[in-house]
Amino acid sequence: MARIIVVTSGKGGVGKTTTSAAIAMGLAKRGHKTVVIDFDVGLRNLDLIMGCERRVVYDLINVISGEAALNQALIKDKHCPNLFILPASQTRDKDSLTQEGIGKILDELSKDFKYIVCDSPAGIEKGAHLAMYYADDALVVTNPEVSSVRDSDRMLGILASKSRRAEQNQEPIKEYLLLTRYSPERVKLGEMLSVDDVQEILSLHLLGVIPESKSVLSASNAGVPVILDEKSDAGQAYADVVARYMGEDKPHRFIDEKKGLFGKLFGRG
Amino acid sequence: MPTDPKKTSISHLALEFKSSTFSVPVLVLFSNSLQNIEQQLQEKIAQAPEFFKNSPILLDFQELNKRDLDLAVADLVNAVRALKLLPIGLRGGNAVQNRQALALGIPAHVLQGGAPLEIAKTKTAPAEPEEPEQSDGPSAILITQPVRSGQRVYARGDLIVLATVSSGTEIMAEGNIHVYGSLRGRALAGVRGDEKARIFCSDLQAELISIAGIYKISEDLSDGVRHKPVQIYLQDHSLIIKDI
Repeated sequence: MARIIVVTSGKGGVGKTTTSAAIAMGLAKRGHKTVVIDFDVGLRNLDLIMGCERRVVYDLINVISGEAALNQALIKDKHCPNLFILPASQTRDKDSLTQEGIGKILDELSKDFKYIVCDSPAGIEKGAHLAMYYADDALVVTNPEVSSVRDSDRMLGILASKSRRAEQNQEPIKEYLLLTRYSPERVKLGEMLSVDDVQEILSLHLLGVIPESKSVLSASNAGVPVILDEKSDAGQAYADVVARYMGEDKPHRFIDEKKGLFGKLFGRG
Repeated sequence: MPTDPKKTSISHLALEFKSSTFSVPVLVLFSNSLQNIEQQLQEKIAQAPEFFKNSPILLDFQELNKRDLDLAVADLVNAVRALKLLPIGLRGGNAVQNRQALALGIPAHVLQGGAPLEIAKTKTAPAEPEEPEQSDGPSAILITQPVRSGQRVYARGDLIVLATVSSGTEIMAEGNIHVYGSLRGRALAGVRGDEKARIFCSDLQAELISIAGIYKISEDLSDGVRHKPVQIYLQDHSLIIKDI
């Protein structure tokens, strides 16, 4: 059985797709067969971040509506043979997403894959609901600012009550906090919430802190998941996150301000 | 597919019972002079005619009965209806008044908590069964997980939360509320009118606190009580916040 991971947040623009791409790539690079699914029908981005936008023929909706077989829609990643992408449709209506359809696809993928990463759309509407409904684990992506934290809190409430695990009275979804776009300098100036502030409000297990980094934007533009940029701080932080998710004990980095030699060694971008 | 039978059963479903709370203006009466009531009510309505037009209204006889003033429910209902208000209930009425209300198709609400006991002091008979009902009322609800933004919790008795209550939540209890994490949402104790209900919390950062409908919003909380372990109770119809 595959493990289904949903990457969600409530708020938009916090780094869900960047995270989905990085986590999926990280898991695949460790030798696990992984598929990452874009649930953001109508506003698909994952294919861009993964650099496979020119190879999209069929998408999630085609598979749900029976116009294409799952194998036809899956795109093999060019960097890692263990990684596959199931893109969202840019042209179809969101209403074509159905719970049964998603359930069937996930069942079928579970036979072949070890991990299924679901990139949730922003908001708490149908797309976001379906992305998390079948999840086993949830990565809640949060920026260190109050509106993002509150939206994440709302999402956590929905995860606890509206998922398949909740409805069938199974063990609840495992929830992890991922703090992204973190800037220790701005925390020090009081412009951003600190890790502790966010932890106190959300009371959630912290899987990692991804620093605000130019490398994220340049990786997105290049269509390469940032985790492959092993020299960048964000890339290393995502590698740590994957390691921690796999149960390894890694100390948290990039929480404190960079200084002197340290700063030069881990220079940005 | 497990969802298919569910779908068909939903299409046959004609109705569903749901429990919900909503706010209704309450007309608290202090005088049994129908003429005075009509006149003053007209003045009030004139101030905001659109607000009151066809508005549902709850008739409250509690104060009347405290003062031993009797008023025929039918007369009042006629007067109120003539002013385009729609009575949807009577509370604090005595047995006769409750019967009169029911005869008019208006539900009679029995008050829980402190108020009926006070009536019992002046009128001996009706409040007797209230007391045992209070002592072995519904048992407390215990919540060990954080209450997340957007969630609502309603307890028919006491409510005990061992975790954080986030902002954007609403926790309500007919009895007392205890929060052992941070209280950042709205907390409403004694929602059915129990003025003896209290709120206890170990870290007060609430958006709103209310006991028996008397409330304070976050802005009204002084810095002296914020982020502190406090208890909140009612004294002479005002909320008292005290360190514990």
